[in-house]
Amino acid sequence: MVGIVSYGAYIPIYRLKREELSRVWAESPQSGEKAVANFDEDSITLAVEAGVDCLKDTPRDQVEALYFATTNPPYKEKQSASIIAAALDLRGELFSADFATSIRGGTMALRTAMDAINAGSSKNALVVAADCRTAAPNSEFESVFGDGGAALLLGKDNVAVKILDSYNLTSEFMDFWRTQSDRFNRTWEDRFITEEGYQKILPEAVKKLMQRNKLTPKDIHRVVFYAPDGRRHQAMARILGFDPNTQVQDPLLGVVGNTGAASALMALVAALEDAKPGQKILLANYGDGADVFLLETTDLVEKIKDRRAIKKHLAAKMALPSYGKYIKFRALMEWEAERREPDRSALTVLWRERNQVWRAHGNKCKACGTIQFPIQRICGKCHAKDNYEEVRLSGEKGKLFTFSMDERAVVADLPNVMSIVDFDNGGRFYCILTDRDPAKIEINMPVELTFRNLHDGSGIHNYYWKARPVRC
Amino acid sequence: MESIKDKVAIVGMGCTQFGERWDTSPEDLVIEAAYEAFADAGVESKDIHAAWVGTFLGVTGSGTVATPLKLDYKPVTRVENACGTGHEALRGACYGLLSKQYDLVLAIGFEKLKDAGFGGLGTALGVDKWHPTWGYGTSAPGRYALAATKYFSKYGLSRDEGKRVLAMISVKSHHNGARNPKAHLRREITIEQVLKAPMIAWPLGLFDCCGVTDGAAAAVMCRSEDAKSFRKDYVTIKGFGLAAGPGMGKVMQGYDFTWWDETEHACRQAYEQAGIKNPRKELDVVELHDCFSIAELIATESLSLCERGNYKKDIEAGTFNQEGEIPINLSGGLKSFGHPIGASGCRETYEIYKQIQGKAQDPSRQLKSCKLGLAHNQGGHPGKFVCAVTIVGEP
Repeated sequence: MVGIVSYGAYIPIYRLKREELSRVWAESPQSGEKAVANFDEDSITLAVEAGVDCLKDTPRDQVEALYFATTNPPYKEKQSASIIAAALDLRGELFSADFATSIRGGTMALRTAMDAINAGSSKNALVVAADCRTAAPNSEFESVFGDGGAALLLGKDNVAVKILDSYNLTSEFMDFWRTQSDRFNRTWEDRFITEEGYQKILPEAVKKLMQRNKLTPKDIHRVVFYAPDGRRHQAMARILGFDPNTQVQDPLLGVVGNTGAASALMALVAALEDAKPGQKILLANYGDGADVFLLETTDLVEKIKDRRAIKKHLAAKMALPSYGKYIKFRALMEWEAERREPDRSALTVLWRERNQVWRAHGNKCKACGTIQFPIQRICGKCHAKDNYEEVRLSGEKGKLFTFSMDERAVVADLPNVMSIVDFDNGGRFYCILTDRDPAKIEINMPVELTFRNLHDGSGIHNYYWKARPVRC
Repeated sequence: MESIKDKVAIVGMGCTQFGERWDTSPEDLVIEAAYEAFADAGVESKDIHAAWVGTFLGVTGSGTVATPLKLDYKPVTRVENACGTGHEALRGACYGLLSKQYDLVLAIGFEKLKDAGFGGLGTALGVDKWHPTWGYGTSAPGRYALAATKYFSKYGLSRDEGKRVLAMISVKSHHNGARNPKAHLRREITIEQVLKAPMIAWPLGLFDCCGVTDGAAAAVMCRSEDAKSFRKDYVTIKGFGLAAGPGMGKVMQGYDFTWWDETEHACRQAYEQAGIKNPRKELDVVELHDCFSIAELIATESLSLCERGNYKKDIEAGTFNQEGEIPINLSGGLKSFGHPIGASGCRETYEIYKQIQGKAQDPSRQLKSCKLGLAHNQGGHPGKFVCAVTIVGEP
């Protein structure tokens, strides 16, 4: 039976306290905080992080399909999954697809992956959902929206969570949307979208699946469902008839925020982190209809708890000090024109060097074993020519050999910390250090690589690897 | 291999006023330096058989010199080797003379940096500018600061101690530059000022960085046997060194960022040609590449002018001052002159040439005895340098 073999998640390191929003806009105090992607992060990089976490025990070349869900793809036209696949160093012989317009996208991808495996067209499939939605300043969404991602590896072998059934509804009901030219979400009168839409459609789908499986709420150990915000989440628990104290999974709205297409799957990962074998879990997602899944954990759910997933990422955080930093990170203002020439980028170069730039491949000399990055055709140590194998450096642990902190660089977050990373297993990497507290950077501190958007020169999102202090 | 020692003479030199020359074009800089050199040698532009032009950013190449100087249809060659570009002009000119193709040549280096519209150097240049990732976010101070951080750590200097040692270098350079009328920055500074200055790239603050400057310098050269017909006090080339590193410092483990390997290799070549065994004792003056204070520190050690790791002790003892054992950057260095990239190698050579002749501008700067001096520049960044060294001296 098809099921979840592994899970992973990612939450950006920065958190913005909602009281900072209250302070800036002089409004009544709000509690909690939301996860804010660093300035160099977007839906693609969040997805890569969640994917890396999920594929901890899976050889990358064994993944046969990749489905990516988001409502905020960095490119309006151009697939995101192909970039995620490259950063994850997946093989070229891969089916991939983006689900890029619905907040229900995460479970659309899940259902599609399930069907592909059931149909035998792929042995396994990686489902990644990530979102990085920017809310209009001083809008209701601003305190609600958060950034994050989740990933599930589906397969038929070594299943940790069986997918027993799924029920799907599609609805033309319209509640949240953006047109081609809208940067920020639009919505309609609150009572209409809640009472006529969310509170009717989701319960209907849940009811259908429960009836079909002859289940009542007491048969379900944990229910995981999407909600636009905390208030509506509580109301929905009552409508569905589950005990909010014992059965309902915290949807992370208070501590992460509403992560759009990733929201339901992130909450599911949080539920699986606490799950024991033999428990039934109900997953219900909403948006343009509803998807409901009946899941049951197996013994193997205990074996995959070493992921960073939700708990570790939640704990490893840094405060975003001010709203000013936030608007800089999300590019919410127009800035003084830069006097330096704009960054440029050549696609030809990116294509030639794709294995280095996107896959973080260095090379290991077959004659002397020296690891080098970028790839050197002639070994820098023994001068053997064209005698090497490519090695992926992105998963390697390393130490900070030396660093500097540039206060004049044209980047959204100064100082721009340049670093020399020496990997424990050989190889050196020169790159920017991100997700760092400048006061705590020290030579020899443990660091790891993370996939980020380096800059947007020539209208291209130029993704590349940066280092960061080992997150958790 | 034969040594180049004493085969070629410099019979005239010129150097522009260095600074933010808002009203001066690249062509004006070329004319200013070349005509001082012509006058110094007692020649006219029509006497020149060929010219070598060092410039880093200029795209019109030889034309930027041939046109303003009206070197009508003479062979003019543009050379470029990053921050060692000025030395390349001198080297090319020498080899032209020694091949006996030409008898009297001009070597000139210049750079016009202050049309950029911002107060620093651009980051990536040329083809590198199109690379999607390699150069992004990097800067010259950011790259050199990697070496400072590591040097502090390796030699057990606390952040404050390390900053203070670097500050002493800048204070010395400003002290020297303040008395040099051709320098760009002519103000004495204090250690406290250096320490309190705005940060550029930690640990390098504003006063750890050289200026960004317009300037040019030129030399008229001939074979040594012809030199006396121009002047008595000519100087001769004693040796060249040029080392392009393999550039693996950031590519594979091993390089430790506290040593300039390329400088070590380049000066070894030049010392051998010049017959120098103990540079600290035999050299009378050294003009070295101090684009940043840490660059001067490590270059001093890498040129074997100071024992490795011993810089703090030596500078505290005044070793590198005008009256010290081995004066370094007596001109004020790149710190005071800025670094118009193509010009610096020629500009440093100009300082040594004048010191040997006893004609340092401002008598307070003149060394009592100066017979042999070394000019040093390195281009690129720690882990990937090309280094050029020129030694000149009394015949």
